[in-house]
Amino acid sequence: MATKLNDVDVVIVGLGWTGGILAKELVEAGLKVVALERGDMRTTDKDYAVPSIRDELRYVIRHDLMQNTARDTLTIRNNPSQEALPMRRLGSFLPGEVVGGSGVHWSGHTWRWTDMEFKVRSMYEERYGKSFIPADMTIQDWGITYEELEPYYDKFEHTAAISGKAGNLKGQLQAGGNPFEAPRAREYPLPPLTPILCSEMFDKAARDLGHHPFPRPTSNASRAYTNPDGSKFGACQYCGHCQRFGCEANAKGSAHITVIPIAMRNPNFTLRTNSWVTKVLKDSDGKKVTGVTYTNILTGEEFEQPAGMVLLCAYAINNVHLMLLSGIGEPYDPAAQKGVIGKNYCYQTGVNARLFFEDKYFHPFMGAGGSNVTIDDFNINWGFDRGPHGFLGGYNVGSGFNTALPIGYRPVPAGTPQWGKAWKAATAKWYQKAMNINASGSVMANRNNYYDLDPTYRNAFGQPLMRMTFDYKENEHKLGRHSADLVNAIARSMNPASVIPASARVEPWTVVPYQSTHNTGGTIMGTNPRNSALNKYLQSWDCHNLFVVGANVFPHNSSYNPTGPVGALAYWTADAIKRYVKNPGPMVQA
Amino acid sequence: MTEKGFGRREFLKGAVVGGAAAATATPAIVPQEAQAQQPAPAAPPPATYAFLNLEEAAFVEALVDHMVPTDDLSPKGTDIGINIYIDRTLAGAWGNGDRLYMQGPWKKGAPSQGYQLPLTPAQFYRAGITATNAHCRKTYSKRFDQLTEAQRQEVLVALSGGRITFDGGLPAREFWTMVYQTVMEGMFADPIHGGNRNKAGWRLIGFPGAIAVHRENIEKFKNKPFPNDPVSIADMS
Repeated sequence: MATKLNDVDVVIVGLGWTGGILAKELVEAGLKVVALERGDMRTTDKDYAVPSIRDELRYVIRHDLMQNTARDTLTIRNNPSQEALPMRRLGSFLPGEVVGGSGVHWSGHTWRWTDMEFKVRSMYEERYGKSFIPADMTIQDWGITYEELEPYYDKFEHTAAISGKAGNLKGQLQAGGNPFEAPRAREYPLPPLTPILCSEMFDKAARDLGHHPFPRPTSNASRAYTNPDGSKFGACQYCGHCQRFGCEANAKGSAHITVIPIAMRNPNFTLRTNSWVTKVLKDSDGKKVTGVTYTNILTGEEFEQPAGMVLLCAYAINNVHLMLLSGIGEPYDPAAQKGVIGKNYCYQTGVNARLFFEDKYFHPFMGAGGSNVTIDDFNINWGFDRGPHGFLGGYNVGSGFNTALPIGYRPVPAGTPQWGKAWKAATAKWYQKAMNINASGSVMANRNNYYDLDPTYRNAFGQPLMRMTFDYKENEHKLGRHSADLVNAIARSMNPASVIPASARVEPWTVVPYQSTHNTGGTIMGTNPRNSALNKYLQSWDCHNLFVVGANVFPHNSSYNPTGPVGALAYWTADAIKRYVKNPGPMVQA
Repeated sequence: MTEKGFGRREFLKGAVVGGAAAATATPAIVPQEAQAQQPAPAAPPPATYAFLNLEEAAFVEALVDHMVPTDDLSPKGTDIGINIYIDRTLAGAWGNGDRLYMQGPWKKGAPSQGYQLPLTPAQFYRAGITATNAHCRKTYSKRFDQLTEAQRQEVLVALSGGRITFDGGLPAREFWTMVYQTVMEGMFADPIHGGNRNKAGWRLIGFPGAIAVHRENIEKFKNKPFPNDPVSIADMS
């Protein structure tokens, strides 16, 4: 029997970027907040310090900062007729499991998603007609606009120390920035990073072909910085150990060095680590939630934490899992096309070309997580006519190095043996003489890509695992072919000694190797309770004192990294909750 | 390092021809000059194993020396401790299934569903070595470590190309993928984990290691060679 604890105003499940932002904002608004984090407390001083943090085996290969799949994982399949089997170890994506969450080990790429995403269905229908959208593509408008979100993007960018160059200030195009971006009220808080050689070469090649390269905006502080809350950042050291590592210089934006310490200094805030939330509790008529149950994973002891409000701020997959386990909202049924919880799971796609140059030194070990020059000409550029190519969405193309460490990254030309003297010679020769051009592509929602509860497999708490059903569809294949052709055209124009060309992905999605920790959807925001789980304030349509925050609210996935809108929506939701507590109830009438 | 005159390798050789008693112990002859050298600077410590048995150790030593042979670019696999890394990682948390979801039911699944065996990595490694040696015995009447270089090459080419099927259904290609990955880890992980001795793997490619700061280097060394003098965690501790 769970021990019942004293009632608090708010319980937050998961303490990464979203939980941290909401914790800080709400304790400062006078609410008593308890945060429950499944991971333990790690700090820069004791855990992310040099030299121990510089361990590729421990952090990249053995996943020291990530979810422990022995305790809880998902089952995986490509389509509803297949039998799902457990993802027995991490591979394709890497959810974090410490205070600070995945924000500790991300790379920092921070984008502003635009109305091309938020109004996806209406914009494509208006331009290309309803029939342009495949019947099984379940894209829908998000119920929010870029204009509404702009001040919150700005707030997140200044909190997280984004280095970049504006391309559009209040409608005026700015040289050196991304000409396709939506208007922003002011510049990035920090100038761009010092570019690396491959980015400069890509910049020139892309520009010569008529594209519009710009430095990728990233939460790697290009110089020392104090954010508006007084949190201090060191300057990025271009150490080459960024994604999957904590930053010893405090140069990478993370909740564990910004919003979380501020919340922790506030007497209204209580953090309980090693606390695994198993269920959100509802009242007898199911109109409100009353708190959560959780297990202390150090002792096995179970607790009930009653609360006036529940905020789900765990990793995107875990938020959806908790909704399904708690029976809140109607589970999505792909056959009947009914229900909303689990709907519109999306991922990302991409292609990569590898270029080899006899006379260059690229130093793949030297760079920030966001050392990258990018083009958006085929992404948020609505001037790019998708009509002749027959796909929706887009892709960004870039070149840089991010954590290219030697267990995982040893480029050799095609045809090189895998071992022996010839392998050694080629590995020695080419390690520093190769560069990559990558395209990252959007994934549009599809009726057969979704989550539900697995009928067979269970986690360490005796609960059903989440089941993920996902595969790429024809839209992604078309987009992939277009992006591969474009990447290869740029690569050829650079006259490398040899190239391993990009090729469009057509085989099924696989759970190995690593691809991207950009899992979206499952509890999507929207305009009404028939098509979405949450309203535009990320408030549950079913239980008005439950808010669900994270990339799980995205109705589809763009080609961009998700943290920009994830952070902006957390601030947007914090403002909404401050209004909500004065007048509790549904903030949008169904 | 068999100064005592009866090393593991000799034991294993002896075991094949009919028991330890039949082994011809060959005391290593150590030249006087070499004995006088104080201290021996780069002499690898004797290989001692926490997980691998004699036959497995012989397999791993033969494998890593075949995959990473001595030449001007690096010493051979056992001289840079890849065998020691593999033994330690199999004996440790990863080898014993740390973070591995180990609940049944167990189904083969599609390739896209990833690893589905009811084995920890150490158990899989052990079973895979046994199965590879069984293949070698069937094909060449010898264990892998007793084969010629050319025969070892044949086995690895077939294993990596998915052209060997293990009796009993153990997936040979997945075994190879795991073995290959551990060899690369033993060559390129920080020496703190037992391999990459003297940072030989890093020196091979010019990876500078655990170096903390490149802020100044990013302009200074743009398109220029960076000094090949890697730094390990131990060097910085």
